[in-house]
Amino acid sequence: MQKVGIGVSVPRKESQDKVTGLAIYNTDYLSPKLLYAWLVTSLYAHAEIKSIDTSEAFKVVGVQAVITGDSYHLLCGPVIEDHPPLAKEKVRYFGEPLAVVIANSEAVAKEAAGKVKVEYNPLPVVNSLASALKEGAPLVHENVAFYKQVKPNEIFSKAGTNIAQHVKIRKGDLPEGWRQSEVIVESNFSLPQSNHIAMEPRNAIAEIKADGQVIIHASTQAPFDVRKILCRCFNLADTQVIVNTPLVGGGFGGKTNVQLEIIAYLASQAVHGRAVKLIESREQDMTSSPGHLGLEARVKIGATRDGTMKALEITLEVDVGAYVDSGSQMTRAMAADCTGPYHIDHVWCDAYGVYTNHTYVTAFRGFGRLSYVFAIERTMDKLAFALGIDPLELRLKNALKSEDTTPTMVRLNKSSIGNLPACLTKIKSMMNWQEGVRRETGSNKVVAKGISCLWKTSSSPPDATSGAIITINEDGTLNLNVGTVEIGSGSKTSLAQILAEKLSMDVNKIHVVMDVNTGISPSHWKTVASMTNFMVGNAVLDAAEDLVEQLRSIASIVLRCPPEVLEVGGGKVYLKEDPEIYIEINEIGNGYEYPEGNSIGGQVIGRGSFIMHHLVHMDKDTGKGKLGPAWTVGAQAVEVEFDTQNYTYKILKAATVIDAGKVLNPKGARGTITGGMCMGLGYGSRESCLYGEGGERKNPQLRTYHLMRFGENPTYLVDFVETPLIVAPYGLRGIAEHGIIGIPAALANALTTAAQVELNQTPLTPETIWQAKRGKLDDSL
Amino acid sequence: MVNLVKMDLIELAVNGEKRLVMARPADTLLHVLREQLGLTGSKPSCKNGDCGACTVLIDGQPIKSCLMLAVEALGHEITTIEGLKDSPIQRAFIDKFAFQCGYCTSGFIMNCHALSVIHPDAGDETIREWLQSNLCRCTGYEEITEAIKSVLAQEPKENNG
Ligand code: FES
Ligand code: FES
Repeated sequence: MQKVGIGVSVPRKESQDKVTGLAIYNTDYLSPKLLYAWLVTSLYAHAEIKSIDTSEAFKVVGVQAVITGDSYHLLCGPVIEDHPPLAKEKVRYFGEPLAVVIANSEAVAKEAAGKVKVEYNPLPVVNSLASALKEGAPLVHENVAFYKQVKPNEIFSKAGTNIAQHVKIRKGDLPEGWRQSEVIVESNFSLPQSNHIAMEPRNAIAEIKADGQVIIHASTQAPFDVRKILCRCFNLADTQVIVNTPLVGGGFGGKTNVQLEIIAYLASQAVHGRAVKLIESREQDMTSSPGHLGLEARVKIGATRDGTMKALEITLEVDVGAYVDSGSQMTRAMAADCTGPYHIDHVWCDAYGVYTNHTYVTAFRGFGRLSYVFAIERTMDKLAFALGIDPLELRLKNALKSEDTTPTMVRLNKSSIGNLPACLTKIKSMMNWQEGVRRETGSNKVVAKGISCLWKTSSSPPDATSGAIITINEDGTLNLNVGTVEIGSGSKTSLAQILAEKLSMDVNKIHVVMDVNTGISPSHWKTVASMTNFMVGNAVLDAAEDLVEQLRSIASIVLRCPPEVLEVGGGKVYLKEDPEIYIEINEIGNGYEYPEGNSIGGQVIGRGSFIMHHLVHMDKDTGKGKLGPAWTVGAQAVEVEFDTQNYTYKILKAATVIDAGKVLNPKGARGTITGGMCMGLGYGSRESCLYGEGGERKNPQLRTYHLMRFGENPTYLVDFVETPLIVAPYGLRGIAEHGIIGIPAALANALTTAAQVELNQTPLTPETIWQAKRGKLDDSL
Repeated sequence: MVNLVKMDLIELAVNGEKRLVMARPADTLLHVLREQLGLTGSKPSCKNGDCGACTVLIDGQPIKSCLMLAVEALGHEITTIEGLKDSPIQRAFIDKFAFQCGYCTSGFIMNCHALSVIHPDAGDETIREWLQSNLCRCTGYEEITEAIKSVLAQEPKENNG
C-alpha cells in the first residue's frame, strides 16, 4: 500500500498552475462587465476636509460615479468602530482614501481621480509616539468614548487622550523582584512602522444583485471576516453576502484587514450594483492600506549574579496609526508574551496602543512579536554582558519549561510549550558558538554572531471555529473542502497530507478545493496566526473519523460483519483480521448497488469541525487569562561580516531551530522558515516607513522602500525539534510566522557585538550604526 | 471635455500566434496582454519596473511588460509564461519548491528561462545580476537559486562568486 502523508516533502497541490501562469488570483478576475474604481487619497496627514469638488472629474467621458465620505454615516472596525471607510470631515493619515471614482476603465477612473479637487485645512500633526503621548497633544480622535466597541472585553481606551488601548500585566510582586535582583539593566528601543508588500497588491471586487445579494471577490486572508464585517457595517444578513477568494498572492497579515471590500461595496452601490473592481497601486497599497506597527519600548530586567532572572518591567508604546483595526489586539498579544520565552516571577508590563497620524496598522507576520522580542532579546544580551555570562547560556538558564507560569499566569505543561533548551543546544553547534562570538579577520573586518529566542501563542477569539467536508469520487479519490485560503503557506497541501496519513492513502488521491466561497466552504476563522494546520487540521481529522464511521457501517452490511471488525485504509474497507476481505471505498462512497439492483447507502459525506476551548479573556487589571492553546518556541542566530571603517556589513549566515511539534512537509517547512528569516533580515537591515515633517510618506515605492533581493540572502541553516503538542494533529505546532520573529534581534545582537556599540533601533543601516557609534543623531563631522 | 477613447487596432506576435488587439497609445504591454488577451500569467505588482512580476520575453530578452507600451512591441516576438511549455525551469521550480504564493513566479521563471538560454554557463555573479531585478516576498531566495542552478550547465565556465 503506497502511503504518502506526514513527514514527506509533497509538492504543493497547485504547483502546475503556479509555474504555467494559469493560477488565478483575484487581480486576474476579468470580465467585460466590470467597472473600475480608483481611490482619491489624502495629501495631508491631519487636516479638516473643507470641500471636495468632483465636478471636473464627472466631466471625464466614461465616469459613472464619484463618491465621497460625507455621503455616509458609517464607522467600521473589527474591535472598535472608529474608521470611516472614506474620510469624513477630517483626514487622519497621508494616503487616507477620501473619495472614489468609478468608471468604465481603470485609466479613465485614474484620470478622473486626478481631477477631484480637495481643499484642506491643515491641523497639527501627531507625527510620533512621543508627540501623541504628550500632555495636551492634539487628538487624532476626539470622540473615542462614543465609538462602538465590538469587543468590549478586549479594548481599554482612554478618552481625551490618544491612547486607544492599555493592557496591563501584573504578575508577582515587582518591588520584591528588584530586591532579589543583584544586577539590573535597562534600555530603550525604537522600531518604526513597515509595510507588508505582498506581491499581489490588495484588491477587491463587489457586485450587488437585484435581489440584494452581495457578491465579493477579494484577495483576503479572512473571507468569513469580510462577510461578518460587511454584514455588521451595512446591516446585512450573512446569507446576503458571499465572499469568493481564489489563490492569494501573499498576505503576511496585511490581508486580514477589511478595507477595500467595504469601499468596493460602496462603489458598487453608487452604480446600481454593477460589479466594480478596485485594485490599489503599489503606492496606495503602501500608504492607504494598513502596514505593520511601530514600537517604542523601555525594558528593565533584574537578575541575580548567577544569571537567574527575577524581575521585568516593560513599557510598550505601539504606533497603531490613525485607526485601531487590529492594533489593539497586537498590543495585547505582545503584552501577553512580554517576557520572551523566559521564566520571570515578577513582571509588570504596560502596553499602550497609541493613535498617531500615521497609516493605520493591521496584523503582520508574528502579530507584533517581532517588535517586542527585539527589545527583550537586546536587553538579554546586555544582561549577559553585565553578568559576564555567555548570552546563549543565559538564555538556556532562564528558558521557560513545563510547570512555569507565563506573564498571564498560564501554567505550562510538557505539551503546551515546546523545548527551548533543545533548540538552543542545537543552534549552539550549528553556529559553532564555542569558537566565540567576535573575531577580527583582518583588513578592518570583524565576523560576529548574535542570538535570540522566540515564542508565540495565537490570539484567536475564544470561540474561533473551523470546519471540513470530505466526499468520495467514483474513482475512489477524495475531495477535501475547507475554509482556509491558500496564501502561499501550502496549507491546503498540508491538510491533504493530514488526511492522507489518517486514511493511509496516497496524498495524490486527495483533491483539495483551492478557492473559498463563504456560501459553500465550511467556515474557518481566518487564515492567520499559523493556526490553519492546528484548527482546520483537527476539523479534517474529525471529518475523516465521520467518514470512516459511515464507510464501516455500509461496508459491514456488504461484507456481512459488525462494523467494529472493519478498518479503513488505502482506499479500502477491510477486515482487520484478514485484509484480503475488503471493499473499495468508491464502491460504497456514493451508494452500494447489489448485483440484482437493490441499493443501500447513498453519498458518504464526512463532516468535521473544531472549536477552540478553554481560552480566557485577559483580565483588565492583571492580564490574567489565556489567549492561545500553546506556544511555539525557537532559537535564531545571525552571523555578519562587519567593516569597522565604513560600517557596511554582509549577512553571512542566519540560523533557526524551531520546535515544530511535528514537521509535516520538510521542504515546505524549511521554505516557510527561510522566507520568514529573509523578511526579518529585510526588516532589521533596511525596511521602514519614512514620514516627513508633515507626516507625509517619503518612501511609498519599491525603489525607495527596499526589500531583500536575490543574492543578498545569507546561507540559511534550519533545523527542527519535535515536541508534540498533544491536542494538535500528529503533534504539530504552528510555524508559519515564526521564522521572522527573532531575526531582527539576532541581527542587532551580532552587529552590536561587531560594532561594539549598543544598537537599539531598526533599520540597521551603515548610517544608523555610524550614528550610534558617534553617540548622537546629527551627521556633522 | 476630455476624450480618452482613442484606440488603435494593432497586431502583436504572442506565443507564436498573431493576435489583433485594440490599444490606446498609453496602454502598457502588460495591460493589453492581460485585459485583451486574457494572458494573466504576467502579473501587475508595482507597475513601476521595480519588481519583475510582469516579466515577459521580447525576442528572447526579458523585459518588464509594465514598462513597455503595447505599441512598442509591434514587430517583436512576445513570449509570456503561457507560451512556455514543460520547460526545464518550470520543472525545476516545482522540484525545488521555488515558490509559495506564486505571484512572483511567472516573472522569475521568464527571467530564469531567458538566462538559461542566453547564458547557459552563467556563474553566481551573472545569476545574481539577472535575478536581482525580480522580487519575491515569500521565499528567502534559496530555492530559486537551487532551481536556476539546476537548469544551468553543471560546471559553470565563469568562475566567480
Ligand atoms: S509590475 Fe512590472 S516590474 Fe513590477
Ligand atoms: S512566491 Fe510569493 S512573492 Fe514569490
